[in-house]
Amino acid sequence: MIRSKSHKDIHFADRFFAGTLQAIAWGVPLLLVFIAIFLTWKSLPTIRLFGFSFLTSQTWDPVQDQFGALPVVYGTLVSSFLAVLLAAPISIGVALFLTELAPSWLARPVGFLVEMLAAIPSVVYGLWGIFVLAPLLRTTVQPALAKSLGHFPLFEGPPLGVGMMAAGVILAIMIIPTIATLSREVFLAIPAIQRENALALGATRWEMMQIAVLKTARSGILGAIILGLGRALGETMAVTMLIGNRAEISASLLAPGQTMSSLLANEYAEASGELHLSALLEVGLLLFLVTFIINALARLFVWRSTLGKSPR
Amino acid sequence: MEISSFFSTRDLNAWFGKTLAVRAVNMSFAENTVSAIIGPSGCGKSTFLRCLNRLHEEVPGARVNGTVLLENKNIYSKDVDPVELRRQIGMVFQKPNPFPAFSVFDNVAVGLKLAGIRKSTILKDAVERSLRMAALWDEVKDKLNDAGTSLSGGQQQRLCIARALAVEPRVLLMDEPTSALDPISTAKIEELVSELKKAVTIIIVTHNMQQAARISDQTAFFLLGDLIEYGATSQLFTAPKDNRTERYITGRFG
Repeated sequence: MIRSKSHKDIHFADRFFAGTLQAIAWGVPLLLVFIAIFLTWKSLPTIRLFGFSFLTSQTWDPVQDQFGALPVVYGTLVSSFLAVLLAAPISIGVALFLTELAPSWLARPVGFLVEMLAAIPSVVYGLWGIFVLAPLLRTTVQPALAKSLGHFPLFEGPPLGVGMMAAGVILAIMIIPTIATLSREVFLAIPAIQRENALALGATRWEMMQIAVLKTARSGILGAIILGLGRALGETMAVTMLIGNRAEISASLLAPGQTMSSLLANEYAEASGELHLSALLEVGLLLFLVTFIINALARLFVWRSTLGKSPR
Repeated sequence: MEISSFFSTRDLNAWFGKTLAVRAVNMSFAENTVSAIIGPSGCGKSTFLRCLNRLHEEVPGARVNGTVLLENKNIYSKDVDPVELRRQIGMVFQKPNPFPAFSVFDNVAVGLKLAGIRKSTILKDAVERSLRMAALWDEVKDKLNDAGTSLSGGQQQRLCIARALAVEPRVLLMDEPTSALDPISTAKIEELVSELKKAVTIIIVTHNMQQAARISDQTAFFLLGDLIEYGATSQLFTAPKDNRTERYITGRFG
């Protein structure tokens, strides 16, 4: 600071450069704030009209100008949690295999391919879902579930293929690279000595992974899962193609549903009335808030776990 | 008989890939003694130590051949389970490294829990006994539930010693246990080693020749994977038989 004051003229270029970068750096978080303000402002009509009941009402009827977001909030949460439930154990297993068991000639290409799963465009997942996953669910998985567990409300109803289950499965596949890659990074950050310690104390390989790897990495794993959840919450295209797009709450995973993002993708182009548009933007605002909070939580966990690792 | 048959190696070779790191080493360790292994960096002393609890073979590409006898039983024979064996031959590493997610108590109890001991009274007694043996009990008895990593570096290393002692090993291997510690913590560990040999046979790898001279009964000098000389510590440091040993302990190389 002192130097830049006393050499004001000489270091003009320096100060100009620093100022520009600072402005750009501030611009990014400001954009976030502007988006939040914009969404709030545009959804004021429905916020005023429906207030809190926008969150609790189950009716979404653009023709009657009745808007309640509960079914899409429900659809988003259920499909995302289903995805995490399926993806988390698989991803952690993959990460453990890659870091603890696989020889390096195998770990490198497999790890790379897992990362590449994240590079496939969402719409391609959607297409694959429509032509492969949904028929498979309709003809094989769902009839089997209905037969064995059909008396549970969770698996009631006709096997349609598309629906909440299809959306959950496709989301799970899409978030596996996120959770697996991040977990792998967390595992790799654990010093080898930690593992040797466990072995030297009479741990089997599996016990070593529990004590020296999984337990040490718990908050990092939780962070990875929450980041995966954040990705699932906002994912649009593949879900829109597979969830069945009906804004109704059903206990059955076989039934069609609707998520916040699939609702927006389906309706924003044909929203005519001011109130309809406002309702959609309020859904957008909700989605923004939910994903923001989830991602902030994930950062917090990852940050805490990396802090915990550094020896004093 | 001048050499006890409690714990010994016969023609022990250890490889990393194609590199022979330890060459045909024959050594015997008497029960309840402290043996020090000295030598310049890369002489194979740590690798040799890690062959004694079958930890070397866990490194990808690493290989061992030869015989290590613990009370006349070859620990490399097919019917020996390395997991079971490592409970009898404990190890303390260079850097203090308690498990970060574990409390002080759980760090000491973990070996016992791995051995299938669940009863809390047994665990409590064993934890206290081990912490007392490691001369740490008085310092941590009021913070057994704190994270193991919250202790000071010297305390953490004594915690690791307590952790290794909890399963009552016959032999305790120590791989430069004081190289990351300050002089006061080092002195405490050295004092502890002399105390512990009443209960357990100790083999310690050290960079520090004064340390070897202070705490060990026998000393071995390794050079480039070979055991050059092994004998009573007082004799090896005052009247070495091999001139390479003499040159090393007088500081002319290494």
